[in-house]
Amino acid sequence: MGKIATAIKEKLTKAFNPSQLEVRDESHKHAGHAGASAHAAEHGSSESHFHVIIRSNAFEDMSRLAKHRAVMEVLAEEMKTIHAFSLDADAG
Amino acid sequence: MSRNVQEEIKKAVTSHDIVLYMKGTPVFPQCGFSSTVVQILDYLGAEYESFNVLDDPEIRQGIKDYNNWPTIPQVFVKGEFIGGCDILREMFETGELKSLLAEKNITSAA
Repeated sequence: MGKIATAIKEKLTKAFNPSQLEVRDESHKHAGHAGASAHAAEHGSSESHFHVIIRSNAFEDMSRLAKHRAVMEVLAEEMKTIHAFSLDADAG
Repeated sequence: MSRNVQEEIKKAVTSHDIVLYMKGTPVFPQCGFSSTVVQILDYLGAEYESFNVLDDPEIRQGIKDYNNWPTIPQVFVKGEFIGGCDILREMFETGELKSLLAEKNITSAA
């Protein structure tokens, strides 16, 4: 697992104590498209596209926006350097 | 006079029923997530105003600050921020998006 993926996993584990957590680096699916190449050049890393699936009691009673905001806040540092981020967050 | 980007965004999102900030245009989306949102809105026959953030670096940063939301696309309904691609897709799949538009009396283009 790459450096960024590892950081995402560690931060989310610490913040939400998830019952399920999957951090998928999907950068390879996008290799070669304009955004991905520009990204690699700009950030010196090919880790650019992530999909995160997370289940945690912490998301109980939170709206969709609130769940996304909570996750993005924890990952603020990573959000600055990655090109694409998609999230499936729910209580559980 | 210097440009007031936050004011521009506020004006834009409150003067149209649905506003989409995206990468590219509805005809030529430049990003998979923006493309998904366009497809959802088009499928629902919703009329919307779109802004291509790739054409305007100040808006691109400004819209992230406006909502304290780091990613694009961003969708607004009647001035209210609804979410990005993941949230729109979830709301579309559960039928909530359709209900929301009906509730807000947003007429479809169809």
